[in-house]
Order: sequence, then structure tokens, then C-alpha cells
Amino acid sequence: MPTADLADGAATDRVIRRAARVVAIGVRSQPRLFAIAVAGSVLYGVMTAGMAQAVGWVTANQITPAIADGHLTGRRALIIGATIGSVVLLTTIGVLLRRIGGGFTVFNVGAEYRRLVTRQYLRLPLAWHHRHPSGQLLSNAHADVEATWGIFMPLPMALGVIVMLIAGLIQMLLIDPVLALVGMVIFPLLFAVNAAFQRRMSARVTKAQQLRAEVAEVAHESFEGALLVKVMGREARETERFAEVSDRLRVAAIAAGRTRGTFDPIIEAIPTFGTLAVLGIGVGRVASGAVTTAELVQLAYLISVLAFPVRALGWVLGEVPRTLVGWERVNAVLSAQGSMGHGPTRLAGQTPGARLRLEGVGYDYALAQGEHSAPSAIPALEDITLDVPAGRTVAIVGPTGAGKSTLSALLIRLMDPTSGRVLLDGTDLRDLAPGALAEQAALVPQGTFIFDDTIRGNVTLGAEVPDETVWRALRTAHADGFVAHLPDGLDTTVGERGATLSGGQRQRLALARALVRQPRLLVLDDATSAVDPTVEQAILAALGAGTGGMTVLVVAYRMSTIALADEVVFLDQGRLVDRGTHAELLARCQGYTDLVTAYAREAAERAAVASDEEQVDDAAIAAGGER
Amino acid sequence: MSAAAVPSETGGARVRTTAWGTVRRGIRLSPELTRGLRVTLVLAVLATAGRVVIPVVVQRVTDDGLLVAGGPDTGLVYRYLAMAAVVVVLTALAVYAVNVRLFTASESGLATLRVKAFRHIHDLSVLTQNAERRGSMVARVTTDVDTISQFVQFGGIMLIVSLGQITLATVLMVLYSPVLAAVTWGCFIPLLIVVRRMQRSLGTAYTQVRERVGDVLAAVSESVVGAATIRSFGVEQRTAQRLDTAIEDHRQAATTAHIRSSIAFSAGQFVGGITVAVVLVVGTWLAARGDMTLGALLAYLFLVGLFTQPVQQATEILNELQNAVACWRRVIEVLDTPADVADPGAGGVDLPRGPITVDFADVSFAYPGGEQVLHGVTEHVAPRSRIAVVGETGSGKSTFARLLTRLMDPSSGAVLLDGVDVRDVRFASLRSRVVMVPQEGFLFDDSVLENIRFGGPHSRADVALALTELGLDAWVEGLPDGLDTAAGQRGESLSAGERQLVALTRAYLADPDLLVLDEATSAVDPATEVRLQRALDSLSRGRTSIAIAHRISTAEAADEVIVMDAGRVVQRGPHAVLVTELGPYAALHASWVANQAAH
Repeated sequence: MPTADLADGAATDRVIRRAARVVAIGVRSQPRLFAIAVAGSVLYGVMTAGMAQAVGWVTANQITPAIADGHLTGRRALIIGATIGSVVLLTTIGVLLRRIGGGFTVFNVGAEYRRLVTRQYLRLPLAWHHRHPSGQLLSNAHADVEATWGIFMPLPMALGVIVMLIAGLIQMLLIDPVLALVGMVIFPLLFAVNAAFQRRMSARVTKAQQLRAEVAEVAHESFEGALLVKVMGREARETERFAEVSDRLRVAAIAAGRTRGTFDPIIEAIPTFGTLAVLGIGVGRVASGAVTTAELVQLAYLISVLAFPVRALGWVLGEVPRTLVGWERVNAVLSAQGSMGHGPTRLAGQTPGARLRLEGVGYDYALAQGEHSAPSAIPALEDITLDVPAGRTVAIVGPTGAGKSTLSALLIRLMDPTSGRVLLDGTDLRDLAPGALAEQAALVPQGTFIFDDTIRGNVTLGAEVPDETVWRALRTAHADGFVAHLPDGLDTTVGERGATLSGGQRQRLALARALVRQPRLLVLDDATSAVDPTVEQAILAALGAGTGGMTVLVVAYRMSTIALADEVVFLDQGRLVDRGTHAELLARCQGYTDLVTAYAREAAERAAVASDEEQVDDAAIAAGGER
Repeated sequence: MSAAAVPSETGGARVRTTAWGTVRRGIRLSPELTRGLRVTLVLAVLATAGRVVIPVVVQRVTDDGLLVAGGPDTGLVYRYLAMAAVVVVLTALAVYAVNVRLFTASESGLATLRVKAFRHIHDLSVLTQNAERRGSMVARVTTDVDTISQFVQFGGIMLIVSLGQITLATVLMVLYSPVLAAVTWGCFIPLLIVVRRMQRSLGTAYTQVRERVGDVLAAVSESVVGAATIRSFGVEQRTAQRLDTAIEDHRQAATTAHIRSSIAFSAGQFVGGITVAVVLVVGTWLAARGDMTLGALLAYLFLVGLFTQPVQQATEILNELQNAVACWRRVIEVLDTPADVADPGAGGVDLPRGPITVDFADVSFAYPGGEQVLHGVTEHVAPRSRIAVVGETGSGKSTFARLLTRLMDPSSGAVLLDGVDVRDVRFASLRSRVVMVPQEGFLFDDSVLENIRFGGPHSRADVALALTELGLDAWVEGLPDGLDTAAGQRGESLSAGERQLVALTRAYLADPDLLVLDEATSAVDPATEVRLQRALDSLSRGRTSIAIAHRISTAEAADEVIVMDAGRVVQRGPHAVLVTELGPYAALHASWVANQAAH
């Protein structure tokens, strides 16, 4: 099958060329360090081949005469020691330069690309983040960067080995062209077997690596859902699921082990056979007087010395698939195009509250994520037009899944609408300069995110704010009480995702974070759901629709919250169904009435059937007692 | 193996296990590791012996074949070479067999260990689970086990083979020349001392690197998971600085460790080379005195190679051993953590089906090392009754629910179901009869359908029916792909309210005899909640239900309300009665009503 081989060869060629391009990028980033590593490696290569030459030379010119003399002079001893010693010293220097240069290249290029990748994470729009699982982004920034540049560890060594082989072959040719043929067969053979091994191995290793990631994913998800697993009593089933993927990993790892197990002894045996071949052929050459015994031994020694480093060529080949896969994934992040552009405008913001306007705003997740070519049957938001004068408080009400959170996110430009536009003080949000919107508007989301930082750090997020202002924000958010009781007050560290705080405390902290910036537009997306009703009341009263003069949009279910609003907007299935005061909506909007009076109606109905129910219950208890 | 018997550096008050003890314990936990080990060891010894054949042949060929009087003896040389070739082939076969046996044994043994540890983590109590970072638990069953497996495959047997090779090489070296053997060892002993010391500093450096990697991952994870917060507050600059610091610290730690390991590695190479120089000088002196032949000296040079290589390897393996033992210890630590809320197993009781009676008999609870959060609670809940538990945040109502479902055990007193101490009820029976819906609805990265039927083998039609009965059919139809809509990681493609809907449907399908709701509808809109409430009412008719309530409607709908305050039950009775009594419930009710009322 020569055609298949040819195609395979061409494919390998392409792979090598692609890898070379990636390597070139790395070299351009750290040319000096890479040069040091290669220089060290060349020194190492020349000296390793030189070791056999040196041993041969001292054997012929110092050891043999000394034995013949029956006496070792101090001079001879010094020459032997100094010759070998200096070769060893130079080899060691070469090794040090090679390893340290190579390592520095890996870590410096790695750090540079980690910075580039994480900058992209900060730059790319939220819609991009929603498309990519956080686990994948973590591994892009860490494991994939490592995989891409790992090749710089063995690469200098491999380059040195090539120099070493050339030096070795020259030596062999100088001693005896016939015996050099053995080297010319052994080294290419060794390289070919190594290449075959790496090619076979890389597919298996990749498979095992994927399964390893799968094992981690199953474990991660299962432990995250540990409470659910427990309350549903599904430990056995989860263990089965884990055992299944572990077993696939076991099989894959054993397959990889079998390949290694096959090639390892072959790779070890080839140079040994080379040594035997040199001796076998050499007997004839010695008999015919073409070479001396010392030269023969030197050649045999040379083959055994050169055999091990040749593996480095295999290591580089083995790294190539990892490099390419890693680079592909890193490059996907680096070349991702963000649609979130900015304009030059900064808002002057004279009034304490901002004026907000939505013009025909629509949002369709399918369109935004580009997953489907066709728009969704029911977009998350459709044709919302709304005017909110400065200083107003507007309640956004709607059933679960109506699009309230999507609307909140659009107001703060976490996403851009797929149709229509959002205007703040008459300026399209897309025309605002970077950072300009954050100066004006703040969102407190449904699920709060707390940084692994101090209370102060979580409130100020690095802004220069006097403690007094921080405390005032905490007070308004009703968080001053619990913060004051923390061991280090504002300087208490709250742990990963604020693990040491309760849900209500996290929400109040997030609220303080928004308030400390004195925004002109505050968006609260069901931001007090984990707070007791009385505390919520107090917080909202302190925000006091209007006292700060800030414009407030609040997503709410609680009647008391709605009562504070100047106006209510009722959303259903992504559409603005009605807007007006609470009383107006109650009078004319059936959906709204059904939603907000659900509890009251329920209570009334319950009261009406209470007596019947009691009788039913009595009967049931009587029946139960008879059992 | 004296080097391996280093006591652990961590451990504190705990009994220190030696590295050797840890390895023994680890092997007991994975019996597959030692299955057929004897054969593997014999093969390994054969493989080692085979390696030594080359220097011997070189010496024989040189002395007997080449340097004999009257020119080279070709026949003899070929005989030696043929013999050597056979040995090389046999050695290769032995190495192959050793490799395959090792891979099979270690991967099988460690798969067992992995699954054991995984199961045990699920068996740990909620308190123990919550005290650990999730990521660290994942590491126990993934990277820790992987490190052990790598060590067992490459390190463990290599260490044995290397020690064997060192011994064999030493024996041969002594046979060739006791003086040279002493010289060789003399060169290496200082290296061994230096390497031991370097290992320690290398160990510290690698620990540093691992910690810095953790910092980088934490920083990246914050920038990814907190993407929305970072954008809405425009704090990209500050986040970038935090990332840069973590990345730079990691780079520095990695280069430090790398420099140390490079020095250790080069030192080994240097000593190996210097040994050759010394051997040549001393050997020439010996040969000149007629104590050894030139062939023997040259053969000895090969022996030095056979000796140096395993010594260098063994020192590197000892490094890895430290690492592997640390990992092994971490996995064993998990397995040794007692599952304090344990399944009574075969000796346990099965509850019969039917409505459950609940009794709290003088139940107190304190978190380990924390304040007491429940004080001598004694309550009786009749079968088929619907109870609402209310109270301020921190009043102990969630603890009440967790004790009831045996997510935790009381510090004193007992929780009885149908008169049986819940600690004596088999988990299989308990979890099928008592189902709790927690506040945070966790979803797996799967379809809504699969998430709903997580509890058991329900058909699609069962799920659809349950949704209809709960009045949630319209909601599901509104999802992009209906029941097949992907929930996303942790269910994040759905809103918090929608996740709660899935969790409730899941519990509904499980058809329990005691249903415990821990603020299970807190993020759902009022109309949907009322609808759900009704459906759950009909569900709970004929069974016992206990709801931790956050809304007035739940309390009103219940047969009885239990009011908790500061870890005690302070009031109990039907809503209608409690509301008229003077006490915390009336106050709570008043604030609720104020929240519900319109202008």
C-alpha cells in the first residue's frame, strides 16, 4: 500500500510543519533563552560524543603505554584525569545551560500566554462566556498553555542530539568506514522505532488523557451535587457511573502500557545489538589490521553512549500532538472575536438619577449565541419599549421565566440586545467609553458572586474609598451588624465564593458593593430573596425610592417591594404586557392580578374550605387509627 | 528501604504513619497490586541480570578473543556474541512481560482504590463534605490516584530493578577489582548525601509550585465564574492585576524548583563522569602493576555505566516516592475519615410503607466545635399531618430539617420515624420513604428530563404526567427544547426558580411517605407557587409533609405551625390559633402581612 504510506507521510509532514510554526512563535517570544538552551545542548552533544574519543585517546596514548611500562607516572595520571575531567565538566555545563535555558523558556512563554489568555477572558463578552463551560476555560488557561509549550523541555536536547550524532558518525568514519556502517544502520533504525512508538503512543495517551478529564468531570459534578445524591439515596448509582468511566480509563491506560511495554525493550535492545554487531564485524577488521583493539572498544563504547540520548528525538515527536492540540485550544481563545465594542462617550451625569430608555429591545439567546441559524420560537425578550425618567423607581414583575433577569442584564450591558437599543441619558450604551457605564449604573444579581478577598475588598473592588463610605454602604444594605461582629471587621477574609457567609449575608454584601459606588441607576434582580422580609423592608426603605434620587429598577414578587415603586412593568413570555401604577394594573391587567394576588386569593379560598378540610382530615385520622 | 521509612512531616496530633506503613496500607486497599507480584519480581530480576551481560561479553571478547597471542580468535568471538544475542532477546521478552504485568496490576488496583474513595466521599456526612473544598475531594479520586499509579508503574518496580542492578553491578565490580569497586562507591557516597539534602529543598520547592498552581486556578476561576460581576462593575483592570500576580508567582516558583532539580540532575551526571576519570587513573595504576588486564579495565568502564545509571534513577525515584506517598496518604486519609452518619446496613430496619409518624425526643444539636443550635426539642408529628416550620434566619429550622432526614445525627436525644430511631433505619428504606427538597436546586449537566427522573427509573410519560399534575406542563413547553432542554452546568441555563421547579418535580416523582421541603419554592413566582402548593397539598394528602416555610401561604395551608426561636420550639398550633396568641408568630405574621398587602 504505497499510496497509503505516501498519504500518511504527507500528513506527518504537515503535522511537523504545523508544530514548527508553533515552536517558532515560542522562539520569537524568548529568543535569548532558547538560544542559551540550544548552545548548552550543542556543547552537551559534542562533549558526549567526545567522551568516547577521549576515552579512546587516553587508552591508546596513556593507558596502554603505562601498562607496557609497568608503571604509571604522575604526569600520565594527571593527563588521564584532566582530559576526562574537562570533558565531564564541559558536558555538565552544557547540561545545566540546556535544562535551565529550556525550563526558563517553558515557564516564561507559559506565563506570557496565561496572561494573554486571561486578558481575553476579561475582554470577551458575556455571551462568549455562556457558550464555554468554566471547566474548559480553566484548562485553556492552565493545562493547555502547559501542553503547548511543554515541547521546549526536550526540544533543545533533541537539537543537541542531532549535533551529537553527526559528531559521533564523523568519529566512526574516521576510525573505520566499514564499522561506521553499523552506526548508520543503528541510529536511523532507533529513530524510526522511536517515531513509530511515539505515533502509536500519542493516540493512546490522548485517549487516556480524555478519559482522565472525564473521570474528573464525573467526580466534580457528583461531589457538587453531593446533597442531592444523598437525599435521593443515589450513592450506589453515582458510584456505578463513576466506576464505569474509571474502568474505561483503566482499559485505555493498560492499552497505552502495552504499547510502551512492547517498544521499551525493543528500543533498549537495538543499541545492544549494535554493540554486538560492532564486535562481530570488528573481529575481522582487527584480524586484517584495519583497526586496533582499542579503536574497536572505543566504537562499541560510542554506540552505547549515544544510544540513550537518541530517545530525546522520540520525546520531541511525542510532544508534538500535545503541542498542537494545546495550541489549537489556546489559539481558539486568543482569536475569539468579541462583539462588545465601545464608543468614546463619557456621561457628565449632573442629576443624581439617570434617565433610561429602551427602544424596541429584543433578546434571543439562540441568535446571540449563534448556535441555531433560526431564531427561537419564543425569544427571551421581544420589542420592549420603556421610558424611565430620572429618579424613578420601577418594579419589574412577571412569572418565572418571563425574561426579567435578561432585561436586567441588558440594562447594565452584560449583553447587547439582538434588536433595538438601550439608552442612558439619551446615549446608546454601545457608544459609551469603556468603564463609563460602570461609573453610572450597578446591578445586584439574583445569584451573588463573592471574591476570595476581605469584606472591604469585596465592597470597594479595589476602588479608593474611605472606610466611612464603606460603612455607610454596609449600613444601608443592613450588613453593618454582621460585619461588625466578624473577627477582623472590614479586614475579614470571606473565603472562596464567600463560603463563610450565609446566603442573606452574601446578598447584603453584594448590595453594599453596588451602593458604595453611588450609582445613578441601580438594578436589583430579585436581590433580596435570601433576606428576611422585615430586613428587606428596612433595606428598601433605606434605599428609599427617591431619597438618593437614583433611578431604581427592581425585580420583585413581594407586594411590599412593589408598593414602593412609582410604576410597575408587567412582563410575560418576553413581552411587556402592561405598565402603570400598581392600582392601574390591578384594575386592568388580568395576568398581573393573578400573579400578585395569588397568595391573597389562596388564603381566601383556604378560609372558605377550611371547615370542609377539617372534616376530611378528621375522617382520615380516624381511618389511620383503625389501621 | 530505609530511605522510604521517613515519618510524615504533616500529621500533628495524629499518629504518624511511616511512608512504608502508608505504602503497605495502600497495597492492602488495592489487592490487585500484589496479584502475581512474585512472578513479576522474578522476571524483573531476570531482566536485570540480562543487562549485565554486555560488559562481561566486551571483556571476554577483548581478553579471550582479540588480545590472545596469535591474533583474534574469530570462532570464539562469534560463540560469545551468539550467546549474548540470545540473552538480549530473552531480556527483552522479560522486560515486556514485566511491563505488561505491571500496567495491568497497577491500573486495576488503582481503579479499585479510586472507586472506593469515591463511594466513601458520598458516604461522608454533609458536615464533613461541606468542610472540604470540592476541588480537593475531586483531586483525591483523580490526580492523587494518577500520581500513585504513575509511581507504581515507572517508579516502584524501577526502584526495585535499580537496587537489583546496583547490587549486581557492585558484585561484578568487586569480582573485577575490589579496589576499583571501593573507589566507585567512594565517589558516589558524597553524591548520595548531597542528593538526600537536595531532595528536601526540592520537595519544598515542588510544594510551593503546587500551591501556586492552586492560586492561579483560583484566580482564573474567579475571573471566569465572576465574569458578570467583573463586567457590571468595570473592574477588569483590578482582576487582571490579581491574575498577573498569581501567574508571576507561579512562574517564579516553577523556575526555582526547576533550577534546583537541574542542579541535582547535573550533579548526578557530573559525579558519574568524574567516577570514570578516577576509575581510569586508578585502573591504569592497577593494570600497570599487573593487578588487572586492559580488557578488564575497559569492561569495568561499562560496569560503571551500569552502576551510575540506576543510582541516578534511584535518587529521582526516591523523589517521586515522597510525592506518591503523600498522595497515597491523602487518599487513605479520606477512606479513614469515619462516615459518622452511617448506613446501619444489613442489621438495620426497613420501614413499612405508609404515612410516617415523626418524633423528636429531647433532641439537641451542636456543630462540631461550634455553639449549640438546637436545645432539647421534643415534638410529635402525627402521620398525614402537614406541618410548617417557621422562624427567623438562624432559629434552627434548617437544622430541624437536616436531622429529620438524617443528613446529620443529633448530639443528644433521638429522632424517631414510626417509633424507630432513624439511625437504625437502612438508607435504602430511609431515602425511598423520606425525600427532602433543598433550597438550592442542583441540576446535573443533562437534559431537564434526565434531571427530573434522577431519582429512579421513570419513563418519559411518567415525567410528563407528573409535570401536568403539578401544573408545570406549560412551563416545560415554553423551554427551548421542552423536556430535552439542556440544563447546563449545575443547571445554570435555567433560572433559579426553574431549577426549583425541576427539584420539586423530582421529589414528586419519588413518591415519598414523608416529604420535607426546605424553602423549596423561594425563587418561584407567586402564581406558580400557589399552583405548586395545591399540587403538593394533594400529593401530601395521605402522607406526612414538613415544610420549612418562608411565606405566609405555606404556614396558612399547614395543619399546624411549629415556631422556632434560638434553637427552641416556642409555639405550636394551627395558624388560626397562633395568630391570635401573643408571641413571635403574631409578630412574624404581621410583617408578612405588611409585605403582602398593597397600598
